[in-house]
Amino acid sequence: MAEPGNTSATPSKPAPWNDPAVRSVVFQVVAVAAVAYFFYVIFDNTFTNMEKRGITTGFAFLDNPSGFGILMSLVEYDESHTYGRTFLVGLLNTVLVSFLGIIVATALGFTIGVARLSSNWIISKLAAVYIEVLRNIPLLLQIFFWYFAVLQVLPGPRNSFSWNEAVFLSNRGLFTPAPVFESGSSLIFGALVVAVVTVIAVANWARKRQETTGQQFHTVYVSIGILLGLPFLAFLVSGMPVSIDYPALKGFNFRGGIRIIPELMALLWALSFYTAAFIAEIVRAGILAVEHGQSEAAHALGLRPAPTLKLVVIPQALRVIIPPLTSQYLNLAKNSSLATAIGYPDLVAVFMGTTLNQTGQAVEIVAMTMAVYLTISLSISTLMNWYNKRKALVER
Amino acid sequence: MSETQANVQSAPDVSTLAVEIKDMHKWYGEFHVLKDINLEVKQGERIVICGPSGSGKSTLIRCINRLEEHQQGQIMVQGIELTDDLKKIDEIRREVGMCFQHFNLFPHLTVLENCTLALIWVRKMPKVQAEEIAMNYLERVKIPDQAKKFPGQLSGGQQQRVAIARSLCMSPKIMLFDEPTSALDPEMIKEVLDVMVELAHEGMTMLCVTHEMGFAKMVADRVIFMDVRQIVEENEPNEFFNNPQHDRTKLFLSQILDH
Amino acid sequence: MTNFREIADMPPPANTVGVVGWVRKNLISTPMNALFTFIGLYLVYLLLPPLLDWTVFSANFAGEDQTACTGTGACWVFIKARITLFMYGFYPSEEYWRMNLVFALLAATFLPQFFDAFPYKKVFGIFSVTGFPIIAYILISGGMLGLEHVETDRWGGLSLTLILSFVGIVAALPIGVVLALGRRSSMPVIRTMCIVFIELWRGVPLISVLFMASVMLPLFLPEGVTFNKLARAMIGIVMFQSAYMAEVIRGGLQAIPKGQYEAASALGLSYWKSMSFIVLPQAMKLVIPGIVNTFIALFKDTTLVLIIGLFDILGSVQSAIVDPVWRGVSTEGYVFAAMCFWVFCFSMSRYSMALERKLHTGHKR
Ligand SMILES: Nc1ncnc2c1ncn2[C@@H]1O[C@H](COP(=O)(O)OP(=O)(O)OP(=O)(O)O)[C@@H](O)[C@H]1O
Ligand SMILES: [Mg+2]
Repeated sequence: MAEPGNTSATPSKPAPWNDPAVRSVVFQVVAVAAVAYFFYVIFDNTFTNMEKRGITTGFAFLDNPSGFGILMSLVEYDESHTYGRTFLVGLLNTVLVSFLGIIVATALGFTIGVARLSSNWIISKLAAVYIEVLRNIPLLLQIFFWYFAVLQVLPGPRNSFSWNEAVFLSNRGLFTPAPVFESGSSLIFGALVVAVVTVIAVANWARKRQETTGQQFHTVYVSIGILLGLPFLAFLVSGMPVSIDYPALKGFNFRGGIRIIPELMALLWALSFYTAAFIAEIVRAGILAVEHGQSEAAHALGLRPAPTLKLVVIPQALRVIIPPLTSQYLNLAKNSSLATAIGYPDLVAVFMGTTLNQTGQAVEIVAMTMAVYLTISLSISTLMNWYNKRKALVER
Repeated sequence: MSETQANVQSAPDVSTLAVEIKDMHKWYGEFHVLKDINLEVKQGERIVICGPSGSGKSTLIRCINRLEEHQQGQIMVQGIELTDDLKKIDEIRREVGMCFQHFNLFPHLTVLENCTLALIWVRKMPKVQAEEIAMNYLERVKIPDQAKKFPGQLSGGQQQRVAIARSLCMSPKIMLFDEPTSALDPEMIKEVLDVMVELAHEGMTMLCVTHEMGFAKMVADRVIFMDVRQIVEENEPNEFFNNPQHDRTKLFLSQILDH
Repeated sequence: MTNFREIADMPPPANTVGVVGWVRKNLISTPMNALFTFIGLYLVYLLLPPLLDWTVFSANFAGEDQTACTGTGACWVFIKARITLFMYGFYPSEEYWRMNLVFALLAATFLPQFFDAFPYKKVFGIFSVTGFPIIAYILISGGMLGLEHVETDRWGGLSLTLILSFVGIVAALPIGVVLALGRRSSMPVIRTMCIVFIELWRGVPLISVLFMASVMLPLFLPEGVTFNKLARAMIGIVMFQSAYMAEVIRGGLQAIPKGQYEAASALGLSYWKSMSFIVLPQAMKLVIPGIVNTFIALFKDTTLVLIIGLFDILGSVQSAIVDPVWRGVSTEGYVFAAMCFWVFCFSMSRYSMALERKLHTGHKR
């Protein structure tokens, strides 16, 4: 240490118990030990308890037949399928309601957020009332309201509300006509694929043409035209191979068509209406975050209000909107687990509820369920961080 | 390049006034913010507007391209009267460029995209040609090398020069400046003023709100002094600075020249 | 050029101000705007009269039981008849005074916090998170000081909702502070552990946490040690809430300029001293609006406990609705519960917004 000529350059070492580096290592080792001991105790207790209660461990139960039916399933399922299958059914139902909820909530939320900023006093105030009412009432209460106070008290199938004898609404759910694709309808799907490819090509061509000639092209309208037109053309050419299956009253319930169970409807409405209130506030804040000077500068350059929105305001507002928006999407997905309360068979209801009750394998089931939600959350927030880094405004 | 020439080709008719304001009044709600404004600006004339804070300078100049609307009187720009008519507003905004105190560049677009945005979407110009014009103007404000950067990466002076280039790209016949240098550090003021002086020497019609009296003396044809939300005095720079007529003007000049 | 004459302020043209000006500007400035006004008014016309009719004009207020509800409107008699259930759950009626006393005490300790001029804010604040919970527990649970013991499964209604959210917020706060400091710690092991803890709870739905607390907690504990249902729910809520709290507080810590940290260590303060005397007080001030917002979220989330069999206000309403003594009163029950939540959450959110505005202006100066 004390080499001649070098003494002043090396600070003298403090006593180990005063050295921050040593302290920090000791502290961390102690913390790890404490946490490890904590988990050891928990595992030990859990194994003892489970042994005593005769609960089996491991994931073998996933291959056992479940023996219970599920109200709604996107894949083939009945009592003879395994618990592994119930997991899948629950997961798909969770994904379904989250996906639909996100679409409806986004559309509604953006509309209401923009309405809140409207220069029209009545529209703005109506939007404010919507936001303040919906977001200050617990979601579970709203789910109950839609399910027990609205859908359950609808008349039975025999007296259901009907629209053109095609769509029926009763306490058994919403029945709508379903398209039945017969042989030959593959042409329609082919046409759809072709349409998508064409639209991409058209968009590319329009951009190129703009760059060389300056002419704008109504890409949006043309795209919609192609997307609807081509499959319709294929439908006509292939001899209209699609028939419609109308729901019809048979006995005490409807047969045929598509059935949307009231549990799904109630959950979907409540989730979307509730989340839309939050999204509306996010959208409003995002648009307000774009300084007024930005649209003034655009106006001064001769841009009309619509292109100003499209080219200047929205791109900047989106940077502010998207991060909290994704966390709302995550909230919606997590909140879909309230399905349990009204019996919509989502992951938590069928797996953490029924399956756990039947098998008693709490540890495995809770871990699997939580892992699903964690995976969704973590992957989306990773994606978000990446997006934020990429889109962050370059500052000095 | 050919396009720039093409835009200038409809050279201003010297007989029409560039800006003509008659008995104009404006209110913000109940607040009478511009009172009885009368102003005539000829083609190619350079006007400097000065006056104490809150005297309505910004409001006046923003009325000229209809960022604010007036409630009484008449404003004519290049012979077009400003009304609610959206077509007329479009036409006028094509004739008038504006630079703001805080630049108001679009932070999500590069410098070049800032300049080409309006050319592409308002003038419906091919991108290549728009970029050519934009580069041309960026060269004139001496920052062609920054074209690919984002506004946030530039200094204040550079940003303001980009803002000027962005307006010039639309080949306006009149340029409005609202305190273009007052948000800048002293060493950056000069680089912006140099660009403005050059512009003035090229014969651009300019209305400029500024407290840079050196600039006023050098290029202004007329100086307009505003106070209490009215035009108090207007005169050519020599007279204005050496022989102010009104007590308010004297007081204002003594205050800003002291510094 | 000396003909300048100062003009006195004049009133604006009549059609730009007053009622006419307001209507022109806000309702019919363009044809599109006028159309929107029409649509808006039509919506109001569609919704408001039936709503008022149901809640007030055709509603039944007087009476004792179902037979009193004859109108087409709401049957508020139901709420009147069941109000003690909604407020106190199955708490014995002769002991209601204990609950009342607790909530009066709660109001007395918290209300002064809203008035800037009140001199003992700090004392009251500290009491509300230390002394008050103990007194409240003794009063509500009883079993000592001559108070009759009341089992937790008899607690319920709005008072249970308040108890759950109060415990949730007060217990989550210190844990949240520790987690937030840990997440910003320079020690990698500590930081990792805190991040894992926080992200784990934030990544899963509360309902799964409650399930976990109710089915797994008994497995974790050694033989003989048991928690009742309420305590298990509380543990779940506190874990969950502290993760959210940690993130709010971390936001505050991040907003404190680096100079403050440096100044504190320049003064020779140790880590804990500089945190507790310099950094945390400033950060906590910044995050109060955020804490209020998490509190609102927690308050709404407490309804989830009904899924694991506790009777909070929504749970009691639900049980009263399915009770065959009353029929077709579900809407009334939900509206009543919604009103309770709404009044509370709305005023809290206004409070947090006002605080935010105050903080904002305070910073500008
Ligand atoms: N949008 C507005 N609403 C209401 N009052 C306004 C608005 N904008 C400006 N004012 C008021 O109008 C008056 C004139 O404002 P203006 O910005 O034109 O002044 P100015 O001469 O440009 O001052 P400065 O030198 O500070 O920029 C001021 O008293 C200001 O407070
Ligand atoms: Mg100004």
